[in-house]
Amino acid sequence: MRADILEEISRRKVFCDGGMGSLLQARGLKAGELPETWNLLHPEILREIHGAYLEAGCDIVTTNTFGANRLKYPAGGDFDLDAVIRAAVDNARQAVKEAGRGFVALDLGPTGKLLKPLGDLDFDDAYDIYREVVVTGCEAGADLILVETMSDGYEAKAAILAAKENSSLPVFATMIFDGKGKLLTGGNVESTVALLEGLGVDALGINCGLGPVQMKGILREILAAASVPVIVNPNAGLPRSENGVTVYDIDEDRFAAVMEEIGEMGANVLGGCCGTTPDHIRKLTERCRNQRQVLPGEKNRTVVSSYTHAVVIDRDPVIIGERINPTGKSKFKQALRDHNLEYILQEGVVQQDHGAHVLDVNVGLPEIDEPQMMEEVIKELQSIIDLPLQIDTSDIKAMERALRIYNGKPLINSVNGKKESMEAVFPLVKRYGGVVVALALDEDGIPDTAEGRIAIARKIYDKAAEYGIKAKDILIDGLCLTVSSDSKGALTTLETLRRVRDELGGKTVLGVSNISFGLPQREIINGAFFTMAMASGLNAAIINPNSEVMMKAYYSFRALAGLDGQCGDYIEAYGKVAAVPGSGAASGSRTEGQSSMELGDCIRRGLKERAHEAVKELLGQRDALDIINEEMIPALDYVGKGFERGTVFLPQLLMSAEAARAAFDVIKDKMSERGQSQEKKGVIVLATVKGDIHDIGKNIVKVLLENYSYEVVDLGKDVAPERIVEAAAKRHVPLVGLSALMTTTVPSMEETIKQLRRDAPWVKVMVGGAVLTEEYARTIGADRYCRDAMASVNYAESVMAGDC
Amino acid sequence: MNLKETLRYLGYKGNEADDQTMKLAKECWQELEDRVEKRACYREFPLALEEDRLDMGCFQTESQALRKNLKGCCQVVLFAATLGVQADNLIRRYSHVQMSKAVVLQAAAAAMLEDYCDLVNEEIRLEYEKKGMYLRPRFSPGYGDFPLQCQPALIGGLEAGKRIGITLTDSLLMMPSKSVTAVMGVGPARRETGAESREGCGACDKKDCLYRRKTV
Repeated sequence: MRADILEEISRRKVFCDGGMGSLLQARGLKAGELPETWNLLHPEILREIHGAYLEAGCDIVTTNTFGANRLKYPAGGDFDLDAVIRAAVDNARQAVKEAGRGFVALDLGPTGKLLKPLGDLDFDDAYDIYREVVVTGCEAGADLILVETMSDGYEAKAAILAAKENSSLPVFATMIFDGKGKLLTGGNVESTVALLEGLGVDALGINCGLGPVQMKGILREILAAASVPVIVNPNAGLPRSENGVTVYDIDEDRFAAVMEEIGEMGANVLGGCCGTTPDHIRKLTERCRNQRQVLPGEKNRTVVSSYTHAVVIDRDPVIIGERINPTGKSKFKQALRDHNLEYILQEGVVQQDHGAHVLDVNVGLPEIDEPQMMEEVIKELQSIIDLPLQIDTSDIKAMERALRIYNGKPLINSVNGKKESMEAVFPLVKRYGGVVVALALDEDGIPDTAEGRIAIARKIYDKAAEYGIKAKDILIDGLCLTVSSDSKGALTTLETLRRVRDELGGKTVLGVSNISFGLPQREIINGAFFTMAMASGLNAAIINPNSEVMMKAYYSFRALAGLDGQCGDYIEAYGKVAAVPGSGAASGSRTEGQSSMELGDCIRRGLKERAHEAVKELLGQRDALDIINEEMIPALDYVGKGFERGTVFLPQLLMSAEAARAAFDVIKDKMSERGQSQEKKGVIVLATVKGDIHDIGKNIVKVLLENYSYEVVDLGKDVAPERIVEAAAKRHVPLVGLSALMTTTVPSMEETIKQLRRDAPWVKVMVGGAVLTEEYARTIGADRYCRDAMASVNYAESVMAGDC
Repeated sequence: MNLKETLRYLGYKGNEADDQTMKLAKECWQELEDRVEKRACYREFPLALEEDRLDMGCFQTESQALRKNLKGCCQVVLFAATLGVQADNLIRRYSHVQMSKAVVLQAAAAAMLEDYCDLVNEEIRLEYEKKGMYLRPRFSPGYGDFPLQCQPALIGGLEAGKRIGITLTDSLLMMPSKSVTAVMGVGPARRETGAESREGCGACDKKDCLYRRKTV
C-alpha cells in the first residue's frame, strides 16, 4: 500500500485534503488552544473531518500534527507529545479504513522558531525535534511524510533529513512563497527546488500564503526547474477580516476553476490549505479527476544553491574562488591555528566583491581538528556571505559535517575514479545532495591521454548511477598539470574538456592555476590557459577572482562568446576604470610634513583608504612604533574624548577606528616582514550573554578595544555562562566584558557573573547593554557599568594599569 | 529617507552630523530599500476590560499601562510588522566588514521600520474612521508594565510566524530583530474614550534615555 502513492501519482492526478484549523475553530476550538490536543480530546471530530475530505474525493489526508513538537508540547506538560501524535495518526488511519481508500500523511509543520544564525535554534536541535515526530508517526502507521508550510529552506532541510533518516516512507515537501516567489528567509524558487531535490524528496511544491490565482506564476517557475512531481495546496484565496471573521476573496467554485487551470499547467498533486473545506476539495476533484497526468520529467540542469539563490552551471562559465585554502599561505595557516575565523571570512568577502559565484572552502591543516573547523567555517561563512559554497576536503568526516549543516545544495570537492573514493563520497552526495567534482584519475594514476581520462569519467558516471546520483550532478575535472613538466599537458586537458562536453554530454571544472607551477609570472600563463579552457567548453573554473588577469580573461571571453549581451557586464567591469588614467600618480608628490599631518587627520576624519596610503608613506621615513605612539594614538584619543564630550558621535568614532585599523594593518605587515611584533596590552574576553542574540553593542566594543592594542577573545552571542568562565580561566584574563540587550536576558548575565566570581575570582567584569543602568549593574554584581564603548576602553586601561 | 530619525537612533540628540556620516546614512537607506521586504499583518479581536485583567481573545494581561491606553475601547487591532531577515543579514554582514556601517544600518532600519508601521497604521486608522471608529496609537509589549510574556500568544493569534515570518527566541526576543508587535485600541470616537493620551516617548518612564525625543 505504502509506496503506492508514488505509483498513483505517476498514473493520475492525486488530491490532498484542505484546511484543518478553520474547521476545528468552527467546531469550537478556542483562540490560543493547541489544535493538536483535539486528537485526544475529540477524536470523533478529527475522524469526521478526515472522513469528509475522503468523501469529497481526496487521496491524502494529513494528520493533525502541524504544531505537534516538543517546543509546543514540552515533556511534563499537560499533554504527552507521543500520545498526541499517535492519536493523530490513529484518527486519520481510522477514517481511511472506514472510507476504504486513501493515504495517511504525517504532517510536519515549522517549529515556530528561526534557525541560527537568523534565530536561536540550532540546526541539530531542529533535526532532533522532527526526528521525534517522525519516529512516533511512523510507528503509529503513517503512509508518507508531508513537510509543509516551510518558509525557511534550512528548517525544511532539518525536517527532510529527519524524515529520510528515520523512516523509509515517501517524503513530500511544500514551501510557502510570497507573491514574488520568495521564501520569507530569502530563497527563491530555483534555489529551493535545488535544495529539496538534492535532499531526495519524492514530490515538492507550494502551499499556504497565497490563493490559487497568485500561485500560478510561482508554479510556472517550479515546473521549469523541478524534475519530481509538483504539489499545489493554496489557501482558499486572499484573506481579509470582516467583523473579526476571516473571509476570502474567491468562493469554492472559483477556487476549483483556478485549480483546474493549475492542473492543466502541470501540477500533479492538488489540494488546499487555510480556509479550504471539503466543499472546495469536492469541486476541485470533480474538475481535475480526469485531467491527463504529465510528470515534470528530468530537467538535466546542473544547479548549486545558497540560501538565497541558485547558480546554474552551464555554458556561461562559473567562477569558483580558490582563496579559502591554506596551501602555500603562511598567514592563512596561522589564522587556522589561531582559530581566527575573521581572517577567513575576509577572504570570502573580498572574493565575492571581486565577482566570485561560488567559494571553495578548504581548511585542511594536519595539526587542527578539520571536521570541527570545517563545520564552524561553513556556518560562519553562510551567515554573512550568500554565495553557494564548495566543500573542499579529503577528510570524509569533515565532508559529512559540512554537508549536513550547509544551507543549500553545495559543490563537493572531490571524488575520483578510485573505488575507495567513490564508495566513501557517493553515499554522502546521495544523502545530502550536491554537485560533485570528479577527478579523472584512479588507482592507476592520471592517464596521459584524453582517451584515458574519458574512460575514467565514464566509470565515475556509471558508478554514481548505481547510487542514484545523476550525471547532471557531476562535474568532471579534466585535471590540469603543470605545463613546465609536460609540454603536451595543457592540450590533453583541453581535449578532455571538449570530449566530456561532446561525447559524454557532461559538465567540466578545472583548477586552472595548476597549469603554471614552476613558471615565473604565473598569471600570464594562467590567464591565457583560462581563455583556452573556456573556449574548449569549461563550465566552472577554480581560480583567484582577485586576480585582475583572470577576471579580464573571464569578462572578455564572455563578451566574445556571445554570453554577455551588448557586452553589458564587460562595460560595467571596465568602463569606469578607463576613465581615470594615472589616478595613482598624484600620491607620490606629497612632502614628508604633509603626509604625517595627514595620517592623524585621516584617522580623525575616518578616511580609511587615505589612512592606508598615508601610513605607507610614513613607514618609509619613520619607525613603526613612533607612528603608532605619536600619530595614531593621539588621533584616536582626540576622537575618543570628543565622543565622551558629546561632540563626536558613534558612526564617526567607528569610522576613525576603522581608519586606524587600516593603518595598523599596514604597520603590522611591515613589522612582521622585519620579524617584529607589536605587543598586546592584555587579553579581554567579550560575550553577549545566554539567550541574547543581539551583538552589535559587543562588536562595537571589540573594534575599539582592538584599536587600543588589546587582544579580544570574542565568544560571540548567546553564550552560556560555563563557556565564558572557561575562556576567562583558560587564559587567566584580567577582564571580561558582558553585554545584554533585554530585561529577559539580564538574569543570565547575573548568573555568568556569579559563576565568574566562583571559578575565576581574579576577573573584573564590565557590563553594558540597552537595559542596564549603573544601579542595575551593581545589583547583579558587576564591577563596572559601561554606558558606551569608550567607557569600556577607559575601564580596560585602568584595569590593565592596575588601578582597579 | 528619514535621516533625522536615523541620527536620533545613533544618539545625535538633535546635533548635526558630519558629511561622512550623512553619506553613510544615505547609502544605508538605499541599501535597505533595495534589499528588505517590508511585511505587516493585523487582525481585529474583541476586548473585554474585566476587573482584574484585560482579555483580548488570544491573550490576557493585567497590565495597568495597557488598561489606561485602552480605556473606553471595545475592540483591539493586533498588529505586527517586520523588515524581514534581509535587514538582519545586512547588519550581520557589515558587522564583519565595516562596523560603522553596521551601526548606521541598524539605526536606519529602526527608523525605516517605525515609518513603515506609521504608514500601515494610518491605513488601518482610515479604515476604521470610515466606520466612525477611532483607532488608538500602537502600544507594544515591553511598554510600561505590558509584559513581553504576552508575545507568544499575540504572535500566535496573528499567525505572524506563518504570515510575515516573525518568531520568538527562548528569551522572547523577536526574530527578525527589526520587527514590531502592538495592540491598538478601537473606540467609538476620539474624545469619548477618555483614554490616556500619552504616547511614544511621552508614555515611557525612562527619562534618561539616550534616544528620548527632545520635544517630550
